[in-house]
This record gives sequence, C-alpha cells and structure tokens, in this order.
Amino acid sequence: MARIEAEVGKPQGGFMKWIDDRFPFTETMKYHVTEYYASKNFNWWYIFGVLAFVVLAIQLISGIFLAMNYKPAAVDAFASVEYIMRDVEWGWLIRYMHSTGASFFMIIVYLHMFRAMLYGSYKKPRELIWIIGMLILFVLMGSCFSGYLLPWGQMSYWGAQVIISLFGAIPGIGEALVEIIRGDYSISDITLNRFFALHVIVLPLALIGLVFVHIVALHQVGSNNPDGVEIKDHKGADGVPLDGIAFHPYHTSKDLVGIIVFLIIFSSVVFFAPDFGGYFLEYANFEPANLTATPEHIAPVWYFTPFYAILRAVPDKLWGAVLMAGAMLLFVFLPWLDRARVKSIRYRGWIYKSALATFVVSFLVLGWLGTQPAGGLYLRAAQFFSALYFAFFLLMPYYTTIDKTKPVPDRVVYHG
Amino acid sequence: MNEEDVDRIDRNRRHFLTVATAVTGAIGAGFVAVPFLSSLKPSARAQALGAPVEVPIGSMEPGEMVRVLWRGRLVFVLRRTDEMLARLPENLDQLDDPNSEVIEQQPDYSANATRSVKPEYLVVEGSCTHLGCAPLEDFQVRPAENWGGGFFCPCHGSKFDLAGRVYKGVPAPTNLRVPPHRFVRDDLILIGQDTGAA
Amino acid sequence: MLSRLVAVLALAVSAQAVAAGGAVHLEAADIDQGNISSLQRGARNFMNYCSGCHSAQYVRFNTIGKYLELSEEQLVDNLMFNAETTFETIQSSMPAADAARWYGTAPPDMSLMARAKGADYIYNFLKGFYLDPDSPTGVDNIVLAGTSMPHVLWELQGYQNAIFSEHNVDGTMSHEFEGFEPVSTGMLDAEDYDDFVRDTVNFLAYIAEPIRSERRMIGTWVIIYLLVFLVISIMLKKQVWKDVK
Repeated sequence: MARIEAEVGKPQGGFMKWIDDRFPFTETMKYHVTEYYASKNFNWWYIFGVLAFVVLAIQLISGIFLAMNYKPAAVDAFASVEYIMRDVEWGWLIRYMHSTGASFFMIIVYLHMFRAMLYGSYKKPRELIWIIGMLILFVLMGSCFSGYLLPWGQMSYWGAQVIISLFGAIPGIGEALVEIIRGDYSISDITLNRFFALHVIVLPLALIGLVFVHIVALHQVGSNNPDGVEIKDHKGADGVPLDGIAFHPYHTSKDLVGIIVFLIIFSSVVFFAPDFGGYFLEYANFEPANLTATPEHIAPVWYFTPFYAILRAVPDKLWGAVLMAGAMLLFVFLPWLDRARVKSIRYRGWIYKSALATFVVSFLVLGWLGTQPAGGLYLRAAQFFSALYFAFFLLMPYYTTIDKTKPVPDRVVYHG
Repeated sequence: MNEEDVDRIDRNRRHFLTVATAVTGAIGAGFVAVPFLSSLKPSARAQALGAPVEVPIGSMEPGEMVRVLWRGRLVFVLRRTDEMLARLPENLDQLDDPNSEVIEQQPDYSANATRSVKPEYLVVEGSCTHLGCAPLEDFQVRPAENWGGGFFCPCHGSKFDLAGRVYKGVPAPTNLRVPPHRFVRDDLILIGQDTGAA
Repeated sequence: MLSRLVAVLALAVSAQAVAAGGAVHLEAADIDQGNISSLQRGARNFMNYCSGCHSAQYVRFNTIGKYLELSEEQLVDNLMFNAETTFETIQSSMPAADAARWYGTAPPDMSLMARAKGADYIYNFLKGFYLDPDSPTGVDNIVLAGTSMPHVLWELQGYQNAIFSEHNVDGTMSHEFEGFEPVSTGMLDAEDYDDFVRDTVNFLAYIAEPIRSERRMIGTWVIIYLLVFLVISIMLKKQVWKDVK
C-alpha cells in the first residue's frame, strides 16, 4: 500500500501563494513538520520532549492569568494568592494547574534527560542540542526557584533564605553577590518584586528562546532513536531515510496519544491531589512568611532535593556549594566523558548498564535524603551516594572505554 | 475484497477518525477556555467592593453638593435650590437631549423633567460623557453668557445643566449618566441599588 | 518587642523539642466533609468560641452560607456578629496588636490552618489541653507545648491532667506522655466533646479550601472526557500507522 502523503504543503491557489511569496510558511511546514523524518522505532521514552513543550504552554498560559491577579508586594502577595484561590472565578483551577505544572515540568525534564542517557542522544553530532538542553534546565531551575518565592509563605521565604545564602559561600565576591541578588540586606519586598520580574518576564523569554533554538538544532541533525542508528545513513532514491517516517502525520498522531495520557495523570493530580502529600504544595507554605520563626524542617521543593543532599553531605560551606554546582554541571560534559563507540544502551555492555542503574538509584536515594533532617546515618548515606553519583561521571571515560559493546545493526529494529 | 477496496475503507476510516479526534479536541479546548476567560470577570471581591454606597443627606444644605465613590466612580449628589429647579426648563432649546430620550443614560425613574426621583436631589455620575474627565461645578448664574448654572468639563469644554443634561455644540454626546439609586429613607440615599431590601 | 521575639522563638524551639523527643501520636479526626450538618455545627462552634480571637480573613460569609445551605437570614442571625453584609470576611473582634501583647503572640488566622497543620493536628490540639500550674494560662497542650492559647473550651470539656512517665535515656531524663486523667467534668461528656471538636475541625478543613468538593466533581468529568478522547486518539494513531512497515 502506498505511504499516505500529507496533503499539507500544496499551496492552495491564490491565498497560500500570496503568503508564501512573503513568508516561508509552506517551506517551513515541510522542513519541520511534514517532511521532517524521524525514525519509526520510537518508544514511549520519546514522548517527554513533546510533553515538556505542552507543560511549557500550560505554565505560560496559566502564569499569564495568575499574573493578572497576583500582587508582588510582601504585604499583599500571600493574600493575593488566597484571593485567586477563593474570589477569582476559576482562580483555584488556574493556580493548581500552575503549581502542578511546575512539578510535572521537572519530572518530565528529568525523564527527557534520562532518555538521552539511555540512547546516547547527547553524542556526536548532537552535543549542541544537549548543551542547549542543559541551559534550558538551568533556566528552568531558576524559574522554579524564583516562582517559589512568590506566594510568600513560610517555605517560600525560608527556602529562598537558605538557597540565596549559598551564593555567599563564593570566596571574595560572595557577600556582595548575595546583596545584589536580594537587592536588600535581607530577603524583603524588594527581593520579591525583582523575583517576580525575573519569573514572569526574563526567564520565560529566555526559556522560549532556548526551546526554539533547541528544536532548530535538533532538526538540523535529525532525531536519534532507541537503536542509536543514524537513519540518514540509509536513504531511498527519493532522499527520504528508509527508516524514517514523516513527523506529520505519524509522530503527531502518536504524540497525541501520549499527550492525552499525560493530561489524564496531570488532571488526576490537579483535581484530586493538588498538594500531592505536601510535595507539590508544601504544607508549611499555607502559613504566611514569618521572619522570626523558621519552620521545623526546611527542605527545598522535591525536584531540588538530590542536589541539596549533595550540598549537605559536605560539612564545609564553600565545598558543599561547589560540589552541588558540580553535580549539575557535570551533565554538560557527558558528550565528552562518554567514550563508547555505540550510542544506545541496547548495545552497551554490563558495565555501563550497571553504572547507569547505580546512578539512577543514587539520584533517587539522594533525592529522598534531601527531604530528611541532616545528620547521623542520613549524613553517611548522603556521602556514600554522592560518591557514587560523582563516580558515574568522573570514571565514565574509563569504564565506557573498557565496556564490551555489542554490534550495532545497520538499520533500526522495528516490530510494527 | 481487493487491495483498492481495503485502501478506500482505510482512507475513509482514517478521515472519520481524524474528524472525530479534531471535534473531540475542539470541544475540550472550548471547555478549557471557559475557566481562563471567566477568570477575567469581576471577582467576588470586586463584587463585594462594588456594593451599593449609602449617602446620608439629612444635613445637606440647599445648593450643597456631595461627592461619593461608587464602584470606583465619582457620583455627585446635589441638593438643588428652588431657583435652580425653577431654571431647569429655561434653556431647553440649548440642550441636545432635553427629554432624556437616550435611555441608557438614566433609569426610568429619572427620565423626567428634573432627571431625579425627588426633584430636589440630583444624583449623577461625575464622568463627562465625552472621554470621562470629572466635570467641575459651575453654579454661578451668568445671564450675559446665557449660563443658568450647571457643570463644566475642563478637558474639552463640554457643558451640562443643573439636571446633568448636555448642551448642544460640545464634544460630549449625551447627558451625564444617572446611576441606579433609591431613597432608603428621606435622609438616606443608596447608590447602586434601586430595588428590594438593603 | 524583644520579649515577643523571645516568646515566639521559644515557641518554635519547644515545638521542635516535642517533635524531636518523640512526636505525640495524633488520633485521627475522622471528619466527613460531605456532612453538611456537621459543618453547620462547626460553623456555629467557630463563630461562638473561636472568632473572638481568631479571624478567618480570607473566608466570606456568603461562601459559607451557600455551601452550608443556610439562608441569608440564618447566616445573619446565627453567624454574623460584627459583620454587616454577607460578602464580608470573618474578622475577629480582638485588635491584633493588643492580642500580641496579651498573649505574647497574635492568635493566628484560621483560614488555612487545616491545610498547614492538618485536621488531625487541630483535633488533637483542641483535645490536648491539660492543667499546668507553671503556665500563665494555667494550662499547657500536649500537641503544642508552651502554647499561649488558654483552654477556651474548658466549660465544655472540663479539665484534665497529663500523665508523663520519666525515662533515663543515656543519662538524660526524658518525658513521655502516657495519657490524660480527667480532673473535672464539663457540660459535655467525652464522646460529645469529641463530636464538638470534630465538627469544628471539619469546618476548619472546609474553609481551608471551600472549592474542594466542586473540584473533585469537575475532575471526575474531566477524566471521563479525557478517557473518551484517549480511545478515539488511539484508534486514529493505529489507523495512521497501519502503513508503517
């Protein structure tokens, strides 16, 4: 049966020609959508890119409507959030979408990164996509952090206090830097207003720009796939990769299924468990910021906890901060740390598989440890797992070289 | 069935499913739009703050004017003197809408010769119907200018008489608006509500 | 100012101590947010016993009236003491500055307390006052040691003593709470008092998030819609992918 060609792209007489003479519309649609070929053997690990895009849209739209009612002043902020929850029509839904979206954004981005680690999507020629992606992660973390201060609850204030003080650890410029970030001698109304500007204007613009560039870089090289085989190596007479299928309608129809499954999970949380046991909306944050009383347990929001655990594992302010930063930055170097000749985990040996598994376990355990009080057995465990975490990266050039890999097929493995 | 038939059935089924998906998606999108667009409506707090305002008039002197805010808008309450009331029918030919025929500008009970519930008390919004500036009082009679007293808007020169009726030949198109109001008691006006219990 | 700061810090520190030295086991409050009569009683309890000191500044009377199925007249007659119109919020009659001076710390607003601390915490707190001759209020509380709140409900519950057992753990003495011992009876017996507190906590849980039951109802429809959409989209995907070999 003939492959169904998408009908989009045929200039429909006058109107489309008028547009196309002035704007590369049809050309862009072809290059990026209807004639962008990606492998036919994508599995569900490949859904997280599109889901990240969907959640970005959710955050932008819900964020705009929140910004219409939120007041970025220390005296008003907490009350304005309750105003949204109670007095603004459907305000509660918009708020829950935004708070749930923030957590889901991080879950999706972590899983999206993990896919890249599974299939070597960061390896040549996709290093730049990976670097831009890491920049997106850092901007996103900034967005989460600045956004979290805005409700001006107990956790908002004290969490920000702790994280901003970290920058004070930098020798020499530390204290000055902290004062510049805060705009004041302590976290105050001034800090809040400035974090609002960052969260609502600067970081979203940066995020949108970076996501655009991320996709352009991807389309320049073409997507990877679970076998790590470059589909462009085998093209048909028409120049179309033999293992490739057009993004539209194939990947769009499949992505739609994935998006709906995501929306079901997302809606379940929004409508039935928006607090998510205190992990998505922390209980202490239902109390307005009290500058004289720190809450019993300060933990950062769950998605920062692995790095927080690493920070606390080191009993030195400066080195704790350095290691925490290092833990995030090491990801950037993966394309060069990974010396394996194969991309996908399907063709790697047991050494890499064990290393990756150990890394995942360490990441999760560190995450849990970050929510627990410091000290005692927890400290020892954090030190142990931090060591494993760093070993994954620092020993990678060695173990990926000696790892015995399997022969990679010429063409992708697809079972229909 | 030959391959051509299978192809046709497949294409039809695919078309049907595409339409079904698009329609379901559009319905969903419509439902999602509702909360966001609704959130733009005045909130419960706006409705609370937009509540009717009481204006005690028991101690107002004849000729005195009181300014109040209702829903963030300026409202004038003027206790007209007998001379002011007597002058009302004098300049009708200079007015654009002497009989309050533009019904949006006043409730039924104020579509009369004095544009009020009780002739003595004028209740009008202090918002020029041109572009919204607050008109100034100008109650001094100047026969030389044919001016019997009223309101003057400093922004673009619109003039209104002592019943808030707009003069001809000025930028403002309509009479000053009369807000819904009622007399709770003889000495108390409630602005923002004209029926029922307080 | 300094003494207030010290009092608040002492509160925070002592709360830590309780939590660290074996947190008190919290009995389940067992509230039923669907029980409208319980909520009505809880509203009555709150307005009569709590709102003198504690505001619920984000909660409007008309919101409560609607959900609790009260007419405007019932609302005005039974629940609104110093408010004039139903769209006003629940304010306490005690000036905040005075309250802070009298009690060492201002009585906190109750709008979100059930979400911040949990219904079980508040339930046990209201049942957890015991006689303490060293305290300025004559009582202390098993859930929040050193609390500045007096036993407002003493007339209903009566007074009780708390029994502690002393343990010597590695040279340091530690207190462990064993149970209560009633000293005097109040107007309600133990079971009725439990119900009274339960209704009040139920009301507090409701005002912490009035939209809760509506959100769950809407959520059910949303999930149903999405499941239908999912089925259609799966069928479309399979049809489109039929020609991928």
